[in-house]
Amino acid sequence: MPSVRFRLNGVELEIDADPDRSLLDILRGHLGMTGPHFGCGAGECGACNVIVGDRAISACDTPLWSVADKDVTTIEGLGTSEQPHPLQRAFIAEQALQCGYCVSGILMSAAALLRRNPSPISREVKEALDRNLCRCGSHNRMVRAVLRAAEEMAAE
Amino acid sequence: MNQPAPAPSAPTLPVSLAANPKLSSWLKFSSSGEVTVSPGKVEIGQGIVTALAQIAADELDIDLARVQMIRASTAVSPNEGVTSGSLSIQQSGRALRHACAEIRQIFLRQAAERLGVGIDTLHIEDGIISGPGNLRTSYWELADEVSLDRDATPGVTPKIATSRTLAGHSVQRIDIPDKVLGRPRFIHDRALAGMLHGRVLRPEHARAQLRELNEDGARAVAGLVAIVRDGSFAGVVSETEHGAEVALNALRKGATWSDGELLPDENDLASFLKAQPSESTVIGKKTAASSGTVARTIRRQYTRPYLAHASIAPSCAMAQWDGDRVHVWTHSQGVYLLRADLALVLNLPVENITVEHLEGAGCYGHNAADDVALDAVLLAKSAGGRPVRAQWSRQGEMSDAPFGAAMAIEIEVDLDARGEIIDWRHSIWSNGHAARPGRAAQPALLAAFELENPFPRMVSTNPPQANGGGGDRNSVPLYDFPSWHIESHRLTTMPIRTSALRTLGGQGNVFAIESILDEIAAERGEDPVAFRLRHLRDERAKDVIRAVAARAGWKPEKLPGIGHGIGFGRYKNTGAYCAAIAEIESAEEISVRKLTLAVDVGEAINPDGVINQIEGGAIQATSWALKERVRFDRERITSTSWTEYPILRFSEVPDVKVEIIQRPDMDPVGAGEAAHGPVTAAIANAVFDALGVRVRDLPITRDRIIAAMDLS
Ligand code: FES
Ligand code: FES
Repeated sequence: MPSVRFRLNGVELEIDADPDRSLLDILRGHLGMTGPHFGCGAGECGACNVIVGDRAISACDTPLWSVADKDVTTIEGLGTSEQPHPLQRAFIAEQALQCGYCVSGILMSAAALLRRNPSPISREVKEALDRNLCRCGSHNRMVRAVLRAAEEMAAE
Repeated sequence: MNQPAPAPSAPTLPVSLAANPKLSSWLKFSSSGEVTVSPGKVEIGQGIVTALAQIAADELDIDLARVQMIRASTAVSPNEGVTSGSLSIQQSGRALRHACAEIRQIFLRQAAERLGVGIDTLHIEDGIISGPGNLRTSYWELADEVSLDRDATPGVTPKIATSRTLAGHSVQRIDIPDKVLGRPRFIHDRALAGMLHGRVLRPEHARAQLRELNEDGARAVAGLVAIVRDGSFAGVVSETEHGAEVALNALRKGATWSDGELLPDENDLASFLKAQPSESTVIGKKTAASSGTVARTIRRQYTRPYLAHASIAPSCAMAQWDGDRVHVWTHSQGVYLLRADLALVLNLPVENITVEHLEGAGCYGHNAADDVALDAVLLAKSAGGRPVRAQWSRQGEMSDAPFGAAMAIEIEVDLDARGEIIDWRHSIWSNGHAARPGRAAQPALLAAFELENPFPRMVSTNPPQANGGGGDRNSVPLYDFPSWHIESHRLTTMPIRTSALRTLGGQGNVFAIESILDEIAAERGEDPVAFRLRHLRDERAKDVIRAVAARAGWKPEKLPGIGHGIGFGRYKNTGAYCAAIAEIESAEEISVRKLTLAVDVGEAINPDGVINQIEGGAIQATSWALKERVRFDRERITSTSWTEYPILRFSEVPDVKVEIIQRPDMDPVGAGEAAHGPVTAAIANAVFDALGVRVRDLPITRDRIIAAMDLS
């Protein structure tokens, strides 16, 4: 079995698996990492979003081989209970979700945005999250939370 | 005939408490300073668990952080039926409040005895019970000497609204940190020891039968544990999820299906619905003392398509057999109801089945949560005692789960010479809106219809009007018209599977009523807000309308391409009041720029939670109104992905403002379904305001607007 090396949340990994398998399948199935969620398996909902390099991508339609030697960040690598990421703090402060199934993917899209653009305006946040679906209608709170996190990060 | 005078309203227990009177089934104290609360309702993203914790903490005078909420399970929880219909806070909340009030009294009596003081001298603060001087004890100290294994008694008075410190105040939901930190909280993220993975094969064509199944391909897939087949039900069990997917694909290639059953013409739903055999019920009738002279009659037809629940997560369940007992983990809305149906299918006593709730994604009604639980149970039979996790595909979720029923609604209004309403007739044609498990002598679960010895396919029915009705929900006008006649025709055939989706028929009926009212007001040249207020007697109804009008600055200045419209409803005619004003912009497509809402849910236990639910409902309703429609050809459902079943995206979401009218002395009612009808109507009326056309068929798309323009 060929192996693929990449960095996951800062840790070097070597995975022995069919390189055509999806990154999501490797993360959830192989590594037992359940932060990225399965929603559609077709790159259409963003529930599985992770950051590769500096972009949020859907892990469900990303083959393992394509992340070789790259940096992959999942929600597990965004922040911890002790030290949550400003986005996570802001989502709690704004109570920016209902069921929350979409949230881990949305946080990754938002985190990638803030890396590229630390002080986005509302329209830019919406654009950055436009490929993420939320069925519960928590969109506006999420946008507010992202703006709040950006402000906090700027103040830090 | 002499009848005994009714007893001067003897106190009764809240319904859920009467059904589950044992106090210990609701609440337990530990000597370490915690209280565990065990409601029968489940978290579906609506924040119910937090609101219930607030109620318990408030009534007991303890810190919210001491409350541990237990997930519903048939092994331990009170049976509170289903978590639906915006009834949880009403039912579970009241029961819990009464139970806690009584438990508090029991502890106070015990403390008074132990401390040798009068009960009235005692005071509780964060569980510490203190009396005169330094006398003190606590719930935790007394926990072992007080038995709660006794039945609740009627007549206990909970605290008055003004002495509640938590209920009525916004608190952070207790489930949110896990979800934001990506901790495994959803059923999808739980792994049981030795867990296997299952997938079920389903036909593409509606209700096709599995004729032949060549298993060779699937057998060759690494990790395969079993291929399960029983009639048209077939599936695979594998060591890994990936292996299950690959094996399922192989199995699909080896399957030969019969022809399916004919589906209706998606472009002529009204004719289809009206032509089907149906059962007719008169829902409401009001006769006028004296009727005016009819100068004119207007008749309008409205339609709503089939709508998908379209949860972001595909349905998922786990099951594990131990001899003739099975344990099921599910995100079903009713653990006892699911258990009842599983017992029917498996022909087992209910005692052999434990059904335990784990959180899923928002479901918005009866989706495939229950179906997948039976799938897991059937697959797990071949797993040699190991647990099996079954999960549906996106495609399955969008085509095999029950849909919200399509509706055709006709309203006929007689007007007098001054254009005043003198008679009102409302007719509905629709499949039933409920086919939930656990309610009938036959199961409602999909796999049950596919077995070698199949159960008959359930045809959806409607809950009785006393429970809010189904297709007829919200069809009786809240307005004070002189006379009316409301009739519902429930289809007795069901080519497309339907069951409960948020509001049941409420969204369709409110859309129809509020649209035609708007039309009548416009024809009279009367302001639609004034027109509504003039026809309402209920002050709470008028208050939400006045509040929303004030908040939205009604009526905003008329600008080209921009329109404003209002919609109002009281969910189920007995629940939350909600009025909405929409501001839309018409360009290539219609976009909703802004929604302003005012709601009255009685006592809002967690006001921010209520606002969150109303915002969510308003946004979902915008999605339904502008975009959503289950698509099909004559053979199969074709809208099986997010591309073919688009929902509202971030860039399309309106700004939403919500105002709550707090009524601390009124029983709390749910908020999750209050906004859908009013928002849909407000959008349709705003489209008229902008473009001068009435779109009466949902969703309001560009094509529908062009069609409506051609008609007028
Ligand atoms: S699960 Fe990957 S985009 Fe939907
Ligand atoms: S919060 Fe439920 S899908 Fe987004």
